[in-house]
Amino acid sequence: MKELNSAILANRCQLYGLVTLRALIGWHFLYEGISKLINPYWSSAAYLLDSKWIFSGLAKTIVSNPTLLGISDYVNMWGLTLVGVSLLLGIFSRYTTLVGMGFVILYFLFAPPLLGLEYGRPGEGSYLIVNKNLIEACALWVLHSFPTSHIIGLDRFFNQSASN
Amino acid sequence: MSDKSNQPSENNMDRRNLLKGLATVPVFGLFLVNLWRKMRRDSLMKSNLLSDLVQEKSAPAVISSLSDSRHLNIGIIGYGGRGSHLVRGAGFATKGWTDTVAENARKNKLDKGFATFMSQEDLNCSLVGVCDLFDVRANQAIDASKNETRPGGKPQGSANRYRHYKDLLADDKIDAVIVATPDHWHSRITIDAAKAGKHVYCEKGLTRTFDEAVDVYNTVKETGITFQLGHQNRQVEANEKAKQIIKQGLLGPINLVEIATNRNSPWGAWVWDIHPEGNAKTIDWDTFQEPSPNKIPFGEEALKRFFRWRMWFDYGTGLSGDLLSHDFDAINQMMDVGIPKYASSTGGIYFYKDGRDVPDVWNATFEYPEKDLTLLYSATLSSNSPRGNKIMGHDATMQMGGQSGGGSVHGFIVTADSESTQYKDRLESGIINPKYPIYTYSPGSKQIDGVTSATSRYFANKGLLYTYREGKRVDPTHLHIKDWLDSIRNGSQPRCNIEVAFHEAVTCHMATESYFQGRRIEWDPVNRKLI
Repeated sequence: MKELNSAILANRCQLYGLVTLRALIGWHFLYEGISKLINPYWSSAAYLLDSKWIFSGLAKTIVSNPTLLGISDYVNMWGLTLVGVSLLLGIFSRYTTLVGMGFVILYFLFAPPLLGLEYGRPGEGSYLIVNKNLIEACALWVLHSFPTSHIIGLDRFFNQSASN
Repeated sequence: MSDKSNQPSENNMDRRNLLKGLATVPVFGLFLVNLWRKMRRDSLMKSNLLSDLVQEKSAPAVISSLSDSRHLNIGIIGYGGRGSHLVRGAGFATKGWTDTVAENARKNKLDKGFATFMSQEDLNCSLVGVCDLFDVRANQAIDASKNETRPGGKPQGSANRYRHYKDLLADDKIDAVIVATPDHWHSRITIDAAKAGKHVYCEKGLTRTFDEAVDVYNTVKETGITFQLGHQNRQVEANEKAKQIIKQGLLGPINLVEIATNRNSPWGAWVWDIHPEGNAKTIDWDTFQEPSPNKIPFGEEALKRFFRWRMWFDYGTGLSGDLLSHDFDAINQMMDVGIPKYASSTGGIYFYKDGRDVPDVWNATFEYPEKDLTLLYSATLSSNSPRGNKIMGHDATMQMGGQSGGGSVHGFIVTADSESTQYKDRLESGIINPKYPIYTYSPGSKQIDGVTSATSRYFANKGLLYTYREGKRVDPTHLHIKDWLDSIRNGSQPRCNIEVAFHEAVTCHMATESYFQGRRIEWDPVNRKLI
């Protein structure tokens, strides 16, 4: 797999494009996480309460249980922050692209813009089935399939020490 | 030779490796620099605002323990919808109610009604006397007095029923009474109770007429009993915080206050259910209508009037005593406005043409020339459009409820005025943006409540359903009853004592009189009468 990637990423333009995408998504995750960490009033409850479709029951269970809600808040705040740092610096990115994908796919599934589903919170765009969460999940899938951190990123040092 | 020639290329390789490995670190640095700049800007704005806003950060008093206090025996006169809520505030609910809310909590984990009731403080009192003119309700009150599902565990005994309130007042065991009858009985019962040495908690509106309010005031003052008027919003945390902010002059000179009621359901318009067991045998109709100016024989119309009494001025005070009173009292709590110099009002029955004689659309204006203030009240029972209450100052506006947002159902937001003098420099420098709130107060913003019905939301918005103490959800009715019992025990004045009750009563009666007489009503504070 790795050999295949290196062969595919022979083109510099492709490499820099993927690294830029990784850094931008990392930046986004990092600020999403930190903004929640520094806001003492932030809670995932509002998002969960507005949940529709297959996970709405689970969302309600989480919101109604202070322990579960606390865990959800904690996982979101720190998860987003750590995935952000990892993508931005290119450290363990092969794995954190998957974790990041997990986050955004869950955000999508808890509140998908499907036909007939109306949400209470104001939207910041117009979506039909596809929204930015789904696109970001796909972008992370691409980053996972075409890893770059072993070429540009801190993972390069780990790779080297492993090969030495 | 070969070693020498390889060295620079190895160094180059190392440098390239290092550069590639650390290539995105500057981006991370850029992120941190921008994050630091943003946090610094936010904190600068916050500190600039907060230094003005929150000089006093204290929340209302924490609930104290009453376990060592004197046990009090209370009686309830009028165990209807409101009466039963008040008695629950004292810690007694019917088995039917506790079973239903416990079941609701099982079905819907967001329903906090049962948990809120069970976590109430035990107020160290017993419900020993019950008086209600409807047998079903009287029996429910007795049931509540015995129900073991309550904060504090098994009650000390069960209540006796008295057919007439005077018999209840004659019971020496009873220390204090809660009066939750229709308004037309308030003054008689309160005056008789005070003369019998009982402390009184009387639901708002204080009385049906202005003259009765004067009589109640004089009697309470003469007898020295502990009197509390039933404005539970006196306990709402948001009102306390709003008062601090107004007192600090954050809003600047305030010349106009707008308060409003919007409801849009038959229940909200007092078209309440007629109990299926209500009939000539179970209801003492003659006693019920004894103090009312107009009498009718028992029949279908009487049943309507018994269960929907707020729809007639014979028994109630309409929008004035029922709903304006709450909002007026909230403003009086925050701004100490007192009784206005002038009141005028107009309105009509425009939607509910169902035989009622109280208006369903009603607007009142109150003038305070000495305070350079106008208070405007506007009500409709045929639109749910949320207006909230707005305190408009030269420098900033405080919006409570309605569209204030802020994450809580009864918080408030303060927004600076674009032409403010006090904030001129900060507006110019961009520290304050008049488009965004400079202060948002949203108690319990992390707590989730399953408030569903429109009417429940109305009460929740006004802070009448629940409030917060140290982030914990509490029923303000419970706090208001507790405040009254605490005051009885330590001889202090409760939050809604006879002085502020009199402000509310006179203000409301002035507006109602204006509606009746079609002219402006003036308050004569020297002779204590309406002109």
